[in-house]
Amino acid sequence: MFRQAAHRLFTRSTTTTITIRRLYSTEVATDASSGDAAFVEAWKKVAPNIDPPKTPIQYMEPRPPTPSTLPSKLTVNFVLPYAAELSKSEVDMVIVPATTGQMGILPGHVPTIAELKPGLLSVHEGNDVKKYFISSGFAFVHSNSYADILAVEAVPLDRIDPAQVQKGLSEFTQKLNSASTDLDKAEAQIGVDVHSALNSALTG
Amino acid sequence: MAMAALRREGRRFAPLVSSPNPINAIRSTLAPAEEQMGLGVRSISTQVVRNRMKSVRNIQKITKAMKMVAASKLRAIQVRAENSRGLWQPFTALLGDTPSVNVKKNVIVTISSDKGLCGGINSTSVKISRALHKINSGPDTECKYVILGEKGKAQLIRDSKKDIELIMTELQKNFLNYTQVSVLADDILKNVEFDALRIVFNKFQSVVSFLPTTATVLSPEIVERESEAGGKIGDLDSYEIEGGETKSEVLQNLAEFQFSCVMFNAVLENACSEQGARMSAMDSSSRNAGDMLDRLTLTYNRTRQASITTELIEIISGASALEG
Repeated sequence: MFRQAAHRLFTRSTTTTITIRRLYSTEVATDASSGDAAFVEAWKKVAPNIDPPKTPIQYMEPRPPTPSTLPSKLTVNFVLPYAAELSKSEVDMVIVPATTGQMGILPGHVPTIAELKPGLLSVHEGNDVKKYFISSGFAFVHSNSYADILAVEAVPLDRIDPAQVQKGLSEFTQKLNSASTDLDKAEAQIGVDVHSALNSALTG
Repeated sequence: MAMAALRREGRRFAPLVSSPNPINAIRSTLAPAEEQMGLGVRSISTQVVRNRMKSVRNIQKITKAMKMVAASKLRAIQVRAENSRGLWQPFTALLGDTPSVNVKKNVIVTISSDKGLCGGINSTSVKISRALHKINSGPDTECKYVILGEKGKAQLIRDSKKDIELIMTELQKNFLNYTQVSVLADDILKNVEFDALRIVFNKFQSVVSFLPTTATVLSPEIVERESEAGGKIGDLDSYEIEGGETKSEVLQNLAEFQFSCVMFNAVLENACSEQGARMSAMDSSSRNAGDMLDRLTLTYNRTRQASITTELIEIISGASALEG
């Protein structure tokens, strides 16, 4: 009797895991392309009886080549370590907080690698504007009107509490004034920078 | 009814437990049963089989519990691993994938688990690392290991002790988050000189299958070299670079960020594969224990029946001898 119960429990658990797998397994290798030919060649010489390991490019969906005419939309991937905030969504424009200043990216932008500083990221689609505050990261713009934005942390702007920002700003300013070592000073400076960026994002 | 019979049986064999050589009774298997029939009791002992059944049942309980634990951990970590998959893709789109790049200082980062009983995932990543080591070590190139996890360390320290640069363990003691992994990546970057980092891990595909994978991260100098001389990442030169004082500074930041992102995904994928592999390993061992238990139960019942039959025959023949 107990064994049957266990069996039933097991079948149930496997079926649930299978459904989960189906839900998420869209990304894992679909084609059996061999990746880097030179690498596979070298591998076969050294370890003929082990299959060569996969490489990341085999898991990626191939991106389209650069179109000859200017596309009307920009394809944006906006990723965080714990989520893909936007994935292949087509928008009109994004404005990213590059270290050199706010940078607007439209379809057909020149290929760019931009370092990001804490600041406001806005995604424009028609009249709809989504605003995020991002901590820092990188933005890549490719020639095929693909933009990849990577950030360590991002929050929608409407979830930030202005009172807390003011409090944090005054706290870190105080810390900066009283800091004695270089490390303390640098930490306090970062705090001040982030909070003033938050402040200007909220007010501006 | 059956339980009552068993209890009666137990009472009947109770004196056997305190037989002259109880240790022997536990140690021996079924074969030397005649030895234990001392004191005029002429039946076959079932004590040994019962002990064995008990221990098998306990093992089955343990493996079942481990399977359940692995299943629940898997569910939590699988979501996180799948969410982190977007993180490395922009880098591969930008810098391409260069497993065959030929550089002087190679470092292989082997990711393994801290705990065992999880099928073949650790030996797979060790095997892959060894082969990569063979490919990349030559007369004018050198190849070192950085090992994450207790089990990879145990296997690689045997034959390539001199090549191990850095060992990190107890990775999964705390909750795996990006901050923790980036501190770890920072440690590796600070302590190890490299031209190319080759990260070996098991990518999670499903509960029963995982794909050994190697991701390559190049140092900023090599990125510059490869993009200039018409190398493997040829189109990086067409990109405009915003921010930072110089191009090399931005590339340095980029390489470090790339390493932490790739590591984050790799560590999560490997942890996920570990739980999946453990789950299926524990499932098959509880099934094996069940099979064994069935066989033992059969043996036990057969022996019991035989001893009852013998006793009956003795009684009947004794009675008929008196009558006759």
